[in-house]
Amino acid sequence: MPYIPHTPNEVKEMLRVIGADSINDLFDEIPQELRTDISAIPLGKSEMAVQRQLSEKSNIDGTPLCFAGGGAYEHHIPAALWQVATRGEFYSAYTPYQAEASQGTLQVIYEFQSMIASLMAMDVSNASLYDGASGLAEAVLMAVRANRKAKSKRILMPKSVSPVYRQVVETIVKNQGITLDLIDFELTTGSMDPLSVKNQFNNDEAFAALVIPQPNYFGSLEEVHQLTDWAHEQGGLVITQVNPIAMSLLEAPGNWGKNGADIAVGEAQPLGIPLSSGGPYIGFIACKQKLVRQLPGRIVGRTVDLDGKPGFSLTLQAREQHIRRSKATSNICTNQGLMATAVTMYLSFLGTDGMQKVAASCVANTQKLMALLEESSVIQFPFGKTVFHEFVVALDVPVELVLERLAEEDIVGGINLCLQQTNQQAADEHKNHLLICVTETKTEEELQFFSNTLINICSDISSQSSSEGEQK
Amino acid sequence: MSKRIVEQNADTLIFELSDQTRRSTSLAPDIDVNEVCLELPDHLQRKKTLELPQVGELQVLRHYTRLSQKNFSIDTHFYPLGSCTMKYNPRVCNTLAQLPGFTSRHPMAHASMSQGVMSCLFDLQTMLKEATGMKQVSLTPMAGAQGEFAGVAMIRAYHDNNNDTQRSEIIVPDAAHGTNPATAVMCGYKVKEIPTNEHGDIDIEALEKIIGPQTAGIMLTNPSTLGVFERKIKLIADMIHKAGGLLYYDGANLNAILGKVKPGDMGFDVIHMNLHKTFSTPHGGGGPGSGPIGVSERLQPFVPVPIVGHSDKKGYYWITEEELPLSIGRLSAWMGNVGILLRAYIYALLLGRDGMERVADFATLNANYLLKRLMAADFEMAFPERRASHEFILTLRKEMKEYGTSAMDFAKRLLDYGFHAPTTYFPLLVPECFLIEPTETESRADLDAFVETLIKIREEAEQSPDLLKGAPFELPVRRLDDVKAARELDLNFYYSEA
Amino acid sequence: MSDIPKELKYTTSHEWVRTEDDGSLTVGITEHAQGLLGDMVFVELPEVGDDFEAEQDCAVVESVKAASDIYCPIEGQVVAVNEELEDSPEQINVNAYHEGWIFRIQPVNASHIDNLMGADEYAELVESESH
Repeated sequence: MPYIPHTPNEVKEMLRVIGADSINDLFDEIPQELRTDISAIPLGKSEMAVQRQLSEKSNIDGTPLCFAGGGAYEHHIPAALWQVATRGEFYSAYTPYQAEASQGTLQVIYEFQSMIASLMAMDVSNASLYDGASGLAEAVLMAVRANRKAKSKRILMPKSVSPVYRQVVETIVKNQGITLDLIDFELTTGSMDPLSVKNQFNNDEAFAALVIPQPNYFGSLEEVHQLTDWAHEQGGLVITQVNPIAMSLLEAPGNWGKNGADIAVGEAQPLGIPLSSGGPYIGFIACKQKLVRQLPGRIVGRTVDLDGKPGFSLTLQAREQHIRRSKATSNICTNQGLMATAVTMYLSFLGTDGMQKVAASCVANTQKLMALLEESSVIQFPFGKTVFHEFVVALDVPVELVLERLAEEDIVGGINLCLQQTNQQAADEHKNHLLICVTETKTEEELQFFSNTLINICSDISSQSSSEGEQK
Repeated sequence: MSKRIVEQNADTLIFELSDQTRRSTSLAPDIDVNEVCLELPDHLQRKKTLELPQVGELQVLRHYTRLSQKNFSIDTHFYPLGSCTMKYNPRVCNTLAQLPGFTSRHPMAHASMSQGVMSCLFDLQTMLKEATGMKQVSLTPMAGAQGEFAGVAMIRAYHDNNNDTQRSEIIVPDAAHGTNPATAVMCGYKVKEIPTNEHGDIDIEALEKIIGPQTAGIMLTNPSTLGVFERKIKLIADMIHKAGGLLYYDGANLNAILGKVKPGDMGFDVIHMNLHKTFSTPHGGGGPGSGPIGVSERLQPFVPVPIVGHSDKKGYYWITEEELPLSIGRLSAWMGNVGILLRAYIYALLLGRDGMERVADFATLNANYLLKRLMAADFEMAFPERRASHEFILTLRKEMKEYGTSAMDFAKRLLDYGFHAPTTYFPLLVPECFLIEPTETESRADLDAFVETLIKIREEAEQSPDLLKGAPFELPVRRLDDVKAARELDLNFYYSEA
Repeated sequence: MSDIPKELKYTTSHEWVRTEDDGSLTVGITEHAQGLLGDMVFVELPEVGDDFEAEQDCAVVESVKAASDIYCPIEGQVVAVNEELEDSPEQINVNAYHEGWIFRIQPVNASHIDNLMGADEYAELVESESH
């Protein structure tokens, strides 16, 4: 029997100890009318048969050339990383409740917290959240709790934050009376203009926090210093939603403006975690020391044992749901432990120098692709070219058609921004906008190939539609 | 775990192996960083130095391999952690979920390039529907707590959609897991606790008194967190439904009834499943989990998106807000923890219906065997007259009174003998308790060894209680100072408050 | 039996209340409560100037085992908080009735203090809860 080691004799002997005639007798407290079966599920299969079936499924999807980002990024993953991370002692352990039997996991998380805090230039980090999107929701809840002075449940949310992230935040916070007021981006840059933000919201009603993305959803860079200082002047906290790879070259949230941002969240998937259709990923959240008791989720601290020897344990647990129940900071219990282990190893393998080189290579490759695309007259850059590793192009043909044609060439060509929007006005703002991402994984040849293919497909569709127009 | 290996690596942090002038990685492209930075606006560039560890590849690998050796895990130890279902995670699930077609798929890849993975997710939805008796399943919640959130948010959306807005309370048994009340509050509800009677069942009279037009719903686990099956579940369901409320099923203990009873048949309107428990996806040192939800017909319009649909014309496709305008919305940027869903799918294929029925059979056999053997050895059970489900509660209050040794002391001493401790001090209702869940994948020999060890520890408690109070002695560290940890917070190597 | 000073008033949620010469009320948690909670690790204080109603939660004391709300015994405005507790919360364990005070309020109506329990009544409550 798969995964069940009992011999027939053992079963017999165990039933004798229990004093039951059959295993079925052990279910005698369940009312008979509730007993049922699951006949619609097929019978079990051998490992070999399942392997064959799954290999076929995997082969159907293949490994296309990928130029999509939008919150999920393809980066090189060190070969050693998942070999160590999936060691049974990491893979099949649970939340470190018994600290003495979990020092491995606990120390890894302490190192994770230290590295995330360092990358964000913040004082403290937790042990991780589910993903970047739900992490942003937790940051919003945390800011409302922490900013007692503002007495406000209003959050200023830029439209340059990923639309799916905004939807997730909406889902999670709406039942608690929190409102998200949208901030427009400039149509020429794709990022917020601090002056117009000021004009729109100065001396307006109080807000608990302003969210600032960096780089933002369109790959553009925000004027983070001015925006941070403005929000603080208005009595609001600053939540930042940032890409961790970019933070090795771009100024980190803790150093923004005069006093630094208050809460930094984001998606740590770029740090060693495969694309995997969107999960499991890992959210991170870091903050200033004064907000530490509002941090949701698990936190590991360094302490000493009975003999005075250093060791690690979960701390600040009194805030959590298993003790504080209905008054907990969040209902989160387990987080993304294995992913945090992978991220910690990624940052250790790469180091400061490696991280900066990965980031620089992303920037350089992105600039190269933009230069290639610029040669074609059918491709425009509506938000300019001051970006990290993503940029928006405006095509003169429908993006959906272009992506379908690219798919036929086994290329994931990017993200159709128009389809991402939840209302018509926003969709119109992004008509024919395609969001393209380039990381360090792309070679010169691949950039050239993608550029040629994209330009050819656009011209092809454009000439087809004009010839169809002539026929009519 | 070898004590010698552990001690060689005693207190070293990765940061202490670092030298910022070291350049040894072949893992990043060779590029002139300063030259590239000219492309970025100067005032937005990082000015303060970043300090990540600079360590050689072998030294990093060795550091984390050694750290792993300081852990207990299912692969190395019996791990009877109640309510957590620490059973074998078949290695093949991990291997196949890491096939390149799965790991390299971008979440925004066109559906035409994603039929392989989408067909797996569609099949998983179908199997989970059948296993739980629910009408629709959404796979997006990324953990049990998120599944709970989705479930209660749907209950709220349902009442709101009926303009039934005076419903403000969620009923939760006092023995419930802490996430239940925390979730109800996140969804804007007040929590009403109901007591449990001396047999571990819900106090029906108390329930009757607090049900009313203000009742939005009730959150239950069955078998309950006390390790027994709630026999009056149909009556409770009728009472709640009659008052206009809905029933939420916490799937924490689904392992006990897989293939035997369906939450849908018990009358539940919404459930969440912990795939990291019942469907054996890895616990990973605390996540990632996966907490799909299932709903009855009346909650179908409200399920979180996306889910996977299928038609002959379109093949597999994403069902989103467009088709489900009343959906509570999105819980993750894309489709939840797909890599974990794949592992659960592979596990479900391997087991099939015959294997799933065996899960409940042998989880229950092992639990009842362990219960009877411990009773025969004179340990006190919280509910000795009841059948154990897949887990049961032992109380050490007698040992506390006679020897001054607490459940925590027993737990720590178990570690010395190479057993992970059961869940301690949960549920909160039973003093000095162990919640013990052996799972179906443990052999009789291991269960017997566990019993013998507990007997031995009780002898130690009688003869030399300090052996328990000072335990563990054989692990990389002894008991840790939690007060110091919380008072003098040290959460970051690079930062100290002083 | 833990120390229950005769001159203080008490709440069912285990706060003690002392009337000061200027008519303000000093609030803390009882010796019995600190014993139950164990080693204090953090105290979240209200802010001076905050108004609270009777039985409204206004502070949090946190031990390793539990975080527990402190309720305002009667309606009033916070006039002082014990900032010493921010650095040394263990003062609540050391001396719950003196150095371990938490905050001081100016009551809206001083006569409301009569609604609280006296020492004997509180002693009975502690006794009944320990069974």
